[in-house]
Amino acid sequence: MMTRFLWTGMGRNLRLFVLLVLTVGIAVPLLNVLMPQGSPLYVPSYVLQLMGKYLCYASLALAVDLVWGFCGILSLGHAAFFGLGGYCMGMYLMRQIGTRGVYGNPVLPDFMVFLNYKELPWFWYGFDQFWFAAAMVVLVPSLLALALGWFAFRSRVTGVYLSIITQAMTFALLLAFFRNDMGFGGNNGLTDFKDILGYSVQADATRAVLCFASALALALFLVISGAVVGSRFGKALTAVRDAESRMRFLGYRVEGFKLFVFVLSAAMAGIAGALYVPQVGIINPSEFAPGNSIEAVLWVAVGGRGTLVGPVIGAFLVNFAKTWLTGALPEVWLFALGALFIVVTLLLPKGIVGLWAQIKSRNLARKAVSA
Amino acid sequence: MSHKRFLAWLLPALVTLAVAGTAMAADLATLVGNLAAGGYSERDAAITALAASGEARAAPVLEALSAGELYVRTADKVVVIARGSGKQLSLVDAVTGKEAGSASEDALDRIKVNNRLRGTIDAAMGALTLMNPDPKVRRAAAQSLFTRRDASSLEPLDKAIAGEKDAAIKRAMTEARAAIVLGTDAPAARKIEAIDTVRARGDRDALGVLLAAAASANAEVKAAAATAAESVRQRLDAWQAAQNVWYGISLGSVLLLAAIGLAITFGTMGVINMAHGEMVMLGAYTTFVVQQTLRSVAPQLNELSVIVALPIAFLVSGAVGVVIERTIIRFLYGRALDTLLATWGLSLVLQQAVRTIFGPTNREVSSPSWMSGSFLVGQIEVTYGRLWIVVFALLVFAALLLVLRRTPLGLYMRAVTQNRPMASAMGIRTPRVDALTFGLGSGIAGLAGVALSQIDNVSPNLGQGYIIDSFMVVVFGGVGNLFGTLLGATALGIVNKFLEPYAGAVLGKILVLVFIILFIQRRPRGLFAQKGRSVE
Repeated sequence: MMTRFLWTGMGRNLRLFVLLVLTVGIAVPLLNVLMPQGSPLYVPSYVLQLMGKYLCYASLALAVDLVWGFCGILSLGHAAFFGLGGYCMGMYLMRQIGTRGVYGNPVLPDFMVFLNYKELPWFWYGFDQFWFAAAMVVLVPSLLALALGWFAFRSRVTGVYLSIITQAMTFALLLAFFRNDMGFGGNNGLTDFKDILGYSVQADATRAVLCFASALALALFLVISGAVVGSRFGKALTAVRDAESRMRFLGYRVEGFKLFVFVLSAAMAGIAGALYVPQVGIINPSEFAPGNSIEAVLWVAVGGRGTLVGPVIGAFLVNFAKTWLTGALPEVWLFALGALFIVVTLLLPKGIVGLWAQIKSRNLARKAVSA
Repeated sequence: MSHKRFLAWLLPALVTLAVAGTAMAADLATLVGNLAAGGYSERDAAITALAASGEARAAPVLEALSAGELYVRTADKVVVIARGSGKQLSLVDAVTGKEAGSASEDALDRIKVNNRLRGTIDAAMGALTLMNPDPKVRRAAAQSLFTRRDASSLEPLDKAIAGEKDAAIKRAMTEARAAIVLGTDAPAARKIEAIDTVRARGDRDALGVLLAAAASANAEVKAAAATAAESVRQRLDAWQAAQNVWYGISLGSVLLLAAIGLAITFGTMGVINMAHGEMVMLGAYTTFVVQQTLRSVAPQLNELSVIVALPIAFLVSGAVGVVIERTIIRFLYGRALDTLLATWGLSLVLQQAVRTIFGPTNREVSSPSWMSGSFLVGQIEVTYGRLWIVVFALLVFAALLLVLRRTPLGLYMRAVTQNRPMASAMGIRTPRVDALTFGLGSGIAGLAGVALSQIDNVSPNLGQGYIIDSFMVVVFGGVGNLFGTLLGATALGIVNKFLEPYAGAVLGKILVLVFIILFIQRRPRGLFAQKGRSVE
């Protein structure tokens, strides 16, 4: 019943898009695993891996869009939630290595043996269980978002100030995780993973399942976001974005709206990060770099903020360009990225989806005139 | 006091006195001649006698002896100092200090020394340098005696104190004597007196001496030394705190320089300029280019290259700022978050451009001589480079204040900040004011770049390191208030430096960031918030 409600609550375009995401998420892994290597339909493993990465980025972009596009909160620290989710998953994967590490310690990960840890720090307890790690993937980013949001929204920190606070948050996390004594592997981070749920992370079949899981997560996030945005609650949210003071005067508790979306978005980013880590095989503090969060904001801007489809398209396009350009013309990439920021904000404030809508309405108008 | 130890102390002293007594009458030649005669124990006495004579030639002769360069010429039994390599050594008469031709090593007989004798020579040299006519040497000798605390130096020290005219050196010598006395078996009353002297000195060396004395057997001495050590430690802590304040002010001045331009663009125009750090970087690279050019065109001006670079950096960064405002920012007024993204993109482009032109590695910018070196204020070490940057930051701040309060441009800028439509209605060309304001802010960033080129690596990433800190300063101090920026920068600098010793540099910085995050929750508009209708 609930699913039917969610399904019918979405627009037709969004429904089609979710189906598209799921189709890609099923087809690409299947074509990799089932097709023989020589077949023209065979999808090489690196494409599978890239697809999985992009799907996680798309989820992150959707999370950013939910707070920025629909609630006007420009978070410059969403990569921090992504990274925290990733670290939770990384800790689970580290505990799965067991005695296969370089030092062969059954409990302590290699870096701890190297740094002379005598026993496991308390915050590493429980991460040998998948269910615990999975719960933490959602809880840790959510709680951080809850704490930050509760303080910030209640004191009516808005606009630029909020952006700067979120940036300071991710910067502080960056510095903190770089420290060796934090117990998260310092600047090397967590890596050399072996298994996830008993399956090798290197195997193509596991990669295929992870890629599919990323697509499934993205589809789920699209459905949830669609339901949130399309509901009465979502209308109020958009109103908060456009005229916060007026909503306050009308008697709405603006903080509550903002806090809910912020925490939901952080949880989504955390899950995306958790799916990202086993696919790329490493998580290190550079994920917290302020530049990463801003880049995620760019994906949203390119695709079209305030739409659900836009951030996914933006994330795929920008990351595809990044993969291609950093390989082919590495010096040009930063110029291109920088120029993209400027061009999008100056010329395409509504992104590609907005441009599409503009062209469509212009065509409609022309038709109406000619008819 | 045990008999054995007393004797061990007394015997050399007696022997010294006896030999010194006889040697007084003898002339220098005999004294030097004695060095060559007899075995090691006689030579020991001869060294002490020569040192006690206070003759000017004693020091070089003893030095040569210690270095194994003192010889007896076999032919005429004259003592010579022989130096050089190869077969022929050039000779100097040990007594007169005059050239004495050369000789091969076969014709010479080396006066041998062992380690015990070298120790005697070192002590004797310490005593000799205490009499040196050069006050610097005497002061250094007193200082080295304080740290070495060689009991045998006590007597020459007493003699030196009696003859010393310079009050400061005399005090240093008295302190050295007190430190030595604490190491000997002197009576408790004398030791307590010595403790007072050492306490008055009050530095880290003094603390070490007092702590050693606090381990003494005598209860009275022990207590006195312990209290003295405590008081010295408290004083040292106070100095350490003062030193931290200075470091904090120094860091604060850097933050102020980086943030003050941002305060203008952010405060008066509401523009988030993420490329501000790159304006700083451009200033630093301008300094590099100016220095390189001056080096090839006018090498005599090299010392002044930093000063020459100041106006040029201001103009370069300012011009880039004006161009940015005219081509990008002006289309984005009222969309603060969009300016943030656009200027971030701009910062990437500028960084990559500089990386392409100058390469990714650090560029060497040399410091002029008047910016290197340091001096002591009490126990605080102040480097000239940092001092100049503090002075420079304050000058820039004052100049900016003057521009804002006393020039027509400042008047227009304030008018546009307070009420843009009204200013426009009064005939102020707001677009022009915007461009100039942005140029001014960027130009000041360029000035900051000149200063930072002296203390930081000039690399394409230079600006990135400061952008978040500068935002913190502006947000903490309150937007649109220059004094808030000044206070914010100083406070953050000092807090940072005070946290560093306890929490480490990184954790200290994290704590400061967390503090600011919490602070903004309490006062969302900073320390000095703008009030009134224009805020919303």
